[in-house]
Amino acid sequence: MLQLIQKLGQTTLASFSKLGRSSFYLGHILKCIPSILLRPRLLVNQLYSVGVLSFLIIAISGLFVGMVLGLQGYYTLSDFGAEASLGVMVAASLVRELGPVVTALLFAGRAGSALTAEIGLMKATEQLSGMEMMAVDPIQRIITPRFLAGIISMPILGVLFSSIGIFGGHLVGVGMLGVDNGAFWAQMQAKIDFRDDVINGVIKSLVFGFTVTWIALFEGYDTVPTSEGVSRATTRTVVNSAFAILGLDFILTALMFGDH
Amino acid sequence: MENTTRPNQHLVSVRNLTFFRGDKKIFDNISLDFERGKITAIMGPSGTGKTTLLKLIGGQLTPNSGKVLFDGQNVHQLALAELYELRKKMGMLFQSGALLTDLNVFENVAFPLREHTQLPESMIRTLVLMKLQAIGLRGARNLMPSELSGGMARRVALARAIALDPTMIMYDEPFTGQDPISLGVLLHLIKALNTTLQLTSIIVSHDVQETSAIADYIYIISEGKVVDHGTPAQIQQSESEWVQQFMHGDADGPVHFHYSAPDYIDDLFSNAQH
Repeated sequence: MLQLIQKLGQTTLASFSKLGRSSFYLGHILKCIPSILLRPRLLVNQLYSVGVLSFLIIAISGLFVGMVLGLQGYYTLSDFGAEASLGVMVAASLVRELGPVVTALLFAGRAGSALTAEIGLMKATEQLSGMEMMAVDPIQRIITPRFLAGIISMPILGVLFSSIGIFGGHLVGVGMLGVDNGAFWAQMQAKIDFRDDVINGVIKSLVFGFTVTWIALFEGYDTVPTSEGVSRATTRTVVNSAFAILGLDFILTALMFGDH
Repeated sequence: MENTTRPNQHLVSVRNLTFFRGDKKIFDNISLDFERGKITAIMGPSGTGKTTLLKLIGGQLTPNSGKVLFDGQNVHQLALAELYELRKKMGMLFQSGALLTDLNVFENVAFPLREHTQLPESMIRTLVLMKLQAIGLRGARNLMPSELSGGMARRVALARAIALDPTMIMYDEPFTGQDPISLGVLLHLIKALNTTLQLTSIIVSHDVQETSAIADYIYIISEGKVVDHGTPAQIQQSESEWVQQFMHGDADGPVHFHYSAPDYIDDLFSNAQH
């Protein structure tokens, strides 16, 4: 029993100390942002590897999620003779929830894990240490461009996911199941509000982008510099990101749509 | 243990330094001096924290007490920006080379120049080729780090370390795992660079013969203390049995061949499980 309490105490202390370290780390990154904006090349390179290379998985997943929504939505809505509302249903689910959340989960798996492994291995092979000894701040040179790239990429990927998903829903609903094309778009246009739905979705994406990239970069930087350490850090990135995304999504949804 | 030479002769002075890693005491109140323009070696068995000492000098770790003076400045009391400024005067050669794996040889050597100077591309090219020529790898400029042998990677790292023309260079186990030819090349390079660039060199190593051949002064460290120090000739004549065993690589001596264990015969005939 006493051991259990001791263990609980140790775990709590360890997690608070990690929280503290990650906050200092974030502070250091934020301080470095202006200097990176003056060297846009570094940022562009990272936008490519973090953002552009994640596009394919986002596009394919978006298409299939939209198609499934079209199919499921049609069967439910047609019971009430409300097939014409399929467009609204698909668009609202995607723009408000599935777009930002699924994109963030996929992004954590595709780009987040890659970031953690890359930074972790750079640490294990003394590249970060070596940079420090060359009087180059690795947080500024290596971490900050990746952080910015993550924050910029996520909302764009989220919007693309939703758009491609709506196209997938259209493909199934209008193309295969015979929903009226005019009604599909007209209802969507009438019911989806730009500020309430689209902007809120983008805000969610921004928050997720910030969180996932922060987690991924911190886990990499804080890794135990061995192959086992890197593998554990990569796993932690994906798991912790998933928890953070789903938990934050609930809070954000309650704040954004709670009063409706 | 204090040196009698005048203090301004020393580029780096370590004073009464104590350092703990966790609960383990790595250094116990040690003092060392590194003379300008000389090659000073730090030797000792594996795991005595020789690399840690280099990281303390470079300001990557902070001691629990004591200080490190570099050219009169206390390394651990500098603000981060000042510390980075100071590090431009220090080169460090990591054991692994620590080359940036996504850049080729040319770009690795150009890296510190691009980060710290606004030189035009043609000037950077000239400087990089000069450094590569000095280490004999001008022809390998387009190779990636993964295509280099261990010895070549260390030479490229050396070219990178001298790219900003530092006043001091620290070598972390430069001879470990090198074949005889690469080893000869590295020995020659370290000595030649020290003379031609008027560097102050610190070599951390447990390769006794190689290091004694080029060092001007040697410190022997074991279990957190300086066991002996002096010129290579003085060390060879050391009165300490431990130093004698270390320098000659004897299998038995003050450090026993056998890890402490119960009597051999008793152990074989006992009925214990392990």
